[in-house]
Amino acid sequence: MLGSIDPLLLLASLMVAATPILFAAIGELVVERAGVLNLGVEGMMITGAICGFIVAVQTGSPWIGFAAAALGGAVLAALFGLLTQYLLSNQVATGLALTLFGLGLASLLGQDWAGIRAPRVPDLPLGPLSDLPILGPVLFRHDPMVYLGLALCLAVWVVLTRTRAGLILRAVGENHDSAHALGYRVRAVRMAAILFGGACAGLGGAYLSLVRVPQWTDGITAGAGWIALAIVVFASWRPGRLVIGAYLFGGVAQLQLNLQAAGARVPVELLSMSPYLATILVLVLLSSGRAPGSLGRSFHAAR
Amino acid sequence: MTGPLLRLTGLTKAYPGVIANSGVSLDIAPGEIHALLGENGAGKSTLVKTIYGLVKPDEGTMEWRGAPYAPAEPSEARRTGVAMVFQHFSLFDALDVAENVALGMEDPPPMRALATRIREVSQAYGLPLDPARIVGDLSAGERQRVEIVRCLLQDPRLLIMDEPTSVLTPQEVAILFETLRKLKSEGTSILYISHKLEEIRTLCDTATILRGGRVVGSCIPGETTARAMAETMVGSALQAPERASRPEGPVALEVSDLTAASPRPFGTALREVALTIRAGEILGIAGVAGNGQDELLLALSGEMTTAPGTILMGGTDCSRAGPAARREAGLLCAPEERMGHAAAPDMSLTENAFLTGETRQRLSRRGFADWAGARAFAARVIEAFDVRTPGPGTAARALSGGNLQKFLIGREILQAPKVLVVNQPTWGVDAAAAAAIRQALLDLAAGGAAVIVVSQDLDELMEVSDRMAALTGGRLSAPVPAQGLTVERIGLMLGGAHDMEAAHAPAREGAA
Repeated sequence: MLGSIDPLLLLASLMVAATPILFAAIGELVVERAGVLNLGVEGMMITGAICGFIVAVQTGSPWIGFAAAALGGAVLAALFGLLTQYLLSNQVATGLALTLFGLGLASLLGQDWAGIRAPRVPDLPLGPLSDLPILGPVLFRHDPMVYLGLALCLAVWVVLTRTRAGLILRAVGENHDSAHALGYRVRAVRMAAILFGGACAGLGGAYLSLVRVPQWTDGITAGAGWIALAIVVFASWRPGRLVIGAYLFGGVAQLQLNLQAAGARVPVELLSMSPYLATILVLVLLSSGRAPGSLGRSFHAAR
Repeated sequence: MTGPLLRLTGLTKAYPGVIANSGVSLDIAPGEIHALLGENGAGKSTLVKTIYGLVKPDEGTMEWRGAPYAPAEPSEARRTGVAMVFQHFSLFDALDVAENVALGMEDPPPMRALATRIREVSQAYGLPLDPARIVGDLSAGERQRVEIVRCLLQDPRLLIMDEPTSVLTPQEVAILFETLRKLKSEGTSILYISHKLEEIRTLCDTATILRGGRVVGSCIPGETTARAMAETMVGSALQAPERASRPEGPVALEVSDLTAASPRPFGTALREVALTIRAGEILGIAGVAGNGQDELLLALSGEMTTAPGTILMGGTDCSRAGPAARREAGLLCAPEERMGHAAAPDMSLTENAFLTGETRQRLSRRGFADWAGARAFAARVIEAFDVRTPGPGTAARALSGGNLQKFLIGREILQAPKVLVVNQPTWGVDAAAAAAIRQALLDLAAGGAAVIVVSQDLDELMEVSDRMAALTGGRLSAPVPAQGLTVERIGLMLGGAHDMEAAHAPAREGAA
């Protein structure tokens, strides 16, 4: 039965399956490192998915579609930022509302767009690399967004650990009162992080509707945003572990799909559960980190 | 250079409902240690925040070496040469020392170079620091070093220190003062805010006293008395606590052979602690924090239970009883840490009153809370102890340190304890509130209760205690009558002046 699963194809599709979560999670990681808990990832993802899909179909260019998706996610995130950072609303409640709002909004926007095929996203031509045996098909025959996701994780890691901007971001997330006392603009830093997180979630959503599926169906994200949130926590807010978590989740998700297709004699429900169980188990075993000190707390200069 | 380094003229800042500063003018000369005195809420913090660029004044001007100075934000103030050490440290627990320092600098050098400079500067000023350590693991004294080194690296011309010694041990205070004097000799001016008037007398060249946002006086601290400065701050004559002579009552609490490991990491174990206290008596327990004070309080309050027979209350063994049972029996405690231990910061005063008053004030019936009763109880505490707050519905967090402490001590006293144990009752509390708290403790003892006061403040203990003992390394010395005791004698009880010096020197070499 397992013979019908091609391991190379499985590994190759793992990278594709992990990419939407990777985008959403790396964005949320930056947001949480700045001390903001945005539970609206799912809503921003699906908004990005529909915005990206509509624009890509209209223009015929998936790249303009991705840009529109990032913009759509960021606009929704800006709403969250306005409510939580300036009007000091509760972050948990606002984030949940943002998810519900995003799901509804995407449903509304997508009413006439179901069943249309998205324009194809070409693979990144990597020349001789993609002709390598084994490594070629697994690593080097993907679309550019797969590599952009990984590059983004690397960039976030470098910025957080090696640059002054990253230090300030971590400081704001760790103790916003101290950061304010030293003269850093807590709200501005947090707004920037929130917008970045929204744009990333939008890109992740558009990857689903433009590459992975690739068409629009209602509820296309199917909880990917929540997985991204969980991965950020279980990865102890570190980009390296986040990549492991996202790939692990993507891998097991792909494997269980293949097993289902191959007719494995395991209950389907158990198989569908497996990516969540495996990801949580591994990241719990790995996790040792501590949350940013000001995570989820509203900042007000006078208090 | 002649003329002042910084001149403030007519600074006024009003917040809705409060005038924080009104026409404040003062001069700070180069190389001067200038004290800024005032009660809580007198406007000291607003004034220094104005100088540091965190607050924009409504009126008035500032001049830096004769040129107009109006920093829009702290980074501008830092570029000018103003550095500030905050009362509540502006540090980041999860980051290391070097990162914390870098965050307070305008143009930090690359991390490796910065680490080297931190080592150099901290050595030069006798404040050894390891740049790679995580700040969350450091002691209060070391954390302050981080703040100070952060300032020193920028070569400040004016260093502002907001209550720097309130969390330090006497040894750490001595090191700090040496550093400040060295800075002064190099021509740096220091603006020093503190409640501790004796410290100001030994350290500062001039003092400006604020009350209600206005300058009400200035003096040369070395030429006046702490009492005179305190009276200018408060605006009225200070009432020295009065002690009535009391007859000796029966034994209220007896602790014998109390040996217990600390429940906290890095805590100090209690070793063979023994004490006896009679009704109507105040026993002072002196010692530097971290020598078993917290553990003794936990053991007495019942938060930590001890071996049977070690704590007898009026003859009955209560060593295994929990806090509620001990409260029921009349043994009440007020711990040192106000926020989070003595009070739940985000709960109202009514709720906080309920939390310890439930048993003795009968504030619950069949599992239902009697909120009307709790509110009335909280209101009585507020009334009796002059707690300045809009009402019992206010969150504990919103009260100033002194007012909250009055409320917390009052809450226990109004429950008519047979034995009251208080730890650092006037820590971070202004002079008037401290005097009121001490008087309340004396009155309580006069009414027949036994009171144990644990404190680092020797003057305070001399003022209230009948007998005194010292707690060092988890051991309690035999209590001696407080009458006629000198600070030197207590110093010897605390392990002697020699030990203090010895503890001082290796601390500096050891961390080097």
